[in-house]
Amino acid sequence: MMHTGSVQRALRHTELGLTDERAVDMYKMMMLARRFDERGQLLQRAGKVNFHISGITQEPSQVAMGFAMDRERDWFLPYYRDYGFVLSIGMTVKDLMLSLYAKGEDPNSAGRQMPGHFGSKRLRIVTGSSPVTTQVPHAAGFALAAKMRKEPSVAIVTFGDGSSNQGDFHEGCNFAGVHQLPVIFVCENNQYAISMSLEKQTRGRICDRALGYGFPGVRVDGNDPLEVYRVFKEARERAVSGEGPTLIEIMTYRVTAHSTSDNDMAYRTKEEVDEQKAKDGMPVYKQYLVDAGLWSEEKEATLQAEIRATIDEANDYAEKAPFQPVEDAFRYVYAEENGEG
Amino acid sequence: MPVIEYIEAIRLAMKEEMERDNDVFVLGEDVGLKGGVFGTTKGLQQQFGELRALDAPLAESAIAGVAIGAAMAGMKPIAEMQYSDFMFPATNQIISEAAKIRYRSNNDWDCPVVIRAPIGGGVFGGLYHSQCPESVFFGTPGLKIVAPATAYDAKGLLKAAIRDPDPVIFFENKKCYRLISDEVPEEDYVVPIGKSKVMREGTDLTVIGYSMPLHFAMQAAEELSKEHGIEAHILDLRTIQPLDREGILEAAAKTGKVLIVHEDNKTGGVGAEVGTIIAEELLYELDAPIRRLCAPDVPAMPINPPGEKHYLLNKEKLKKAMLELARY
Repeated sequence: MMHTGSVQRALRHTELGLTDERAVDMYKMMMLARRFDERGQLLQRAGKVNFHISGITQEPSQVAMGFAMDRERDWFLPYYRDYGFVLSIGMTVKDLMLSLYAKGEDPNSAGRQMPGHFGSKRLRIVTGSSPVTTQVPHAAGFALAAKMRKEPSVAIVTFGDGSSNQGDFHEGCNFAGVHQLPVIFVCENNQYAISMSLEKQTRGRICDRALGYGFPGVRVDGNDPLEVYRVFKEARERAVSGEGPTLIEIMTYRVTAHSTSDNDMAYRTKEEVDEQKAKDGMPVYKQYLVDAGLWSEEKEATLQAEIRATIDEANDYAEKAPFQPVEDAFRYVYAEENGEG
Repeated sequence: MPVIEYIEAIRLAMKEEMERDNDVFVLGEDVGLKGGVFGTTKGLQQQFGELRALDAPLAESAIAGVAIGAAMAGMKPIAEMQYSDFMFPATNQIISEAAKIRYRSNNDWDCPVVIRAPIGGGVFGGLYHSQCPESVFFGTPGLKIVAPATAYDAKGLLKAAIRDPDPVIFFENKKCYRLISDEVPEEDYVVPIGKSKVMREGTDLTVIGYSMPLHFAMQAAEELSKEHGIEAHILDLRTIQPLDREGILEAAAKTGKVLIVHEDNKTGGVGAEVGTIIAEELLYELDAPIRRLCAPDVPAMPINPPGEKHYLLNKEKLKKAMLELARY
């Protein structure tokens, strides 16, 4: 894009209000999420952990939306593939690794829940479960609380395309629409609900459903993190200024199987997956940073070494860490009388 | 001490808690200007505004789910289910979410929500305005469940539920709304969750139950006393989860003959658990087999008057069962 009367080329991230440093940090975060995710798969295949569920190729959009939100004020209700998202809002690889190994120090659940079930009150990440889409009405509830307390907080909730079929999706959206609540509904449309391709789930565009709730619905290319950032900034602005919810459909693709328990070659072809892998947003974004003079192969090599060290260290720590003692396994069904609850 | 109706006790509990704490609010279908289909929330929107007596779209999972979200955000929501018969769409939110939030987050998050739902028949409500769904939720760890029989307990238990740090289902009996009135103090009080109450002292047999059928037991007990000199000991569970084991065992030991009553159907009901607690701990102190008098195991009561009457418990049914047990 050209500034009138100038030969200076304005960079996309600058126009969006992102500093060079933040633009680079976004790339680093995507790569961290990617490498953690890959390690998770390896650890499961090696028999070190029981289960891993992947968000590979969804990281560019996950990181971009994390960067567009306010970590001090907003409420985050992620779904199970959101490693890029939760890392962007303060969770660490060590936290994720502790969860993967189901260890006692895991801040998400002390190793009670499967990995990918995020939660940390300190980070304003709301505890989630496995029955999908229950978090959508919760997000409306967080937004309602913000409205009642006149707090400038926005609730952002993510879910998959499969979830858009659940009643809780409709009920949560409709409630938030009626009461003009500060919430952003995010469908990470990766084209599959386990083996069910999108055409087996819905005939329409998921973003178009917003029309029925009386608020804007936007579809955005998940491989273009800067465009994702722009769309989320705009939705957040609408929310805090009292203009109500936005539904954002991020178009992406699940290149891995549903989880380590799934064999995706039973329902789709390698050709289809390879074709989508070629559209990965991360190399494109890296090239953008290189072209902008913000990134280089030397920096890339340093980053990869740093990430490897971080993940190795987290892995060693988590592997050696103790499980929650069984004496504590049945605690916290209710608040404890000593006030700890 | 003023005598007030059961429904007024519920309304006053909400009103007083909303006055006491700005985080308390009520949401549900028709709870705003109309004040609820039964009038339970009458005047609350006028006093507290549209947000704190919030008319919600007709969607029970959202009513529960939004309340759960707001509770996690630090509010103290009271979610009203118009009839307990209609709360099943919210069951996933109540059982998978509210009940498990503290446990699954290792005490990081909590969910201080109250779900109010009217139970019970005898109002010509037919299959879907009369049910008692306690057993659907009973046995779900993480939930507390209360079911008051009197205006005093309705007010005190609802206040306790609102102040409780964990999710509480408040099953109010719609037949009790205007039929039951009793003395309720004007000053603030709570009835502790998890504590039963002896409604009547007696030596010949023990009746254990909750909600509306206890009133039939009380009427029957008076007649049995006058006509047969039989004195029934009557225990109101008040809270059905967690059950007051001590109170149950004490009441059972008092007479050695136990009749358990509830309007929910017999199989898998609260009575099965109460009976088992007694059998586990007190079997050799019993002088008769434990008996249950409950609704029949049919899906729900019919609307036609003879059918409804046949389904429901009443004083005569209680009296017959109590007399039989006393003479065992």
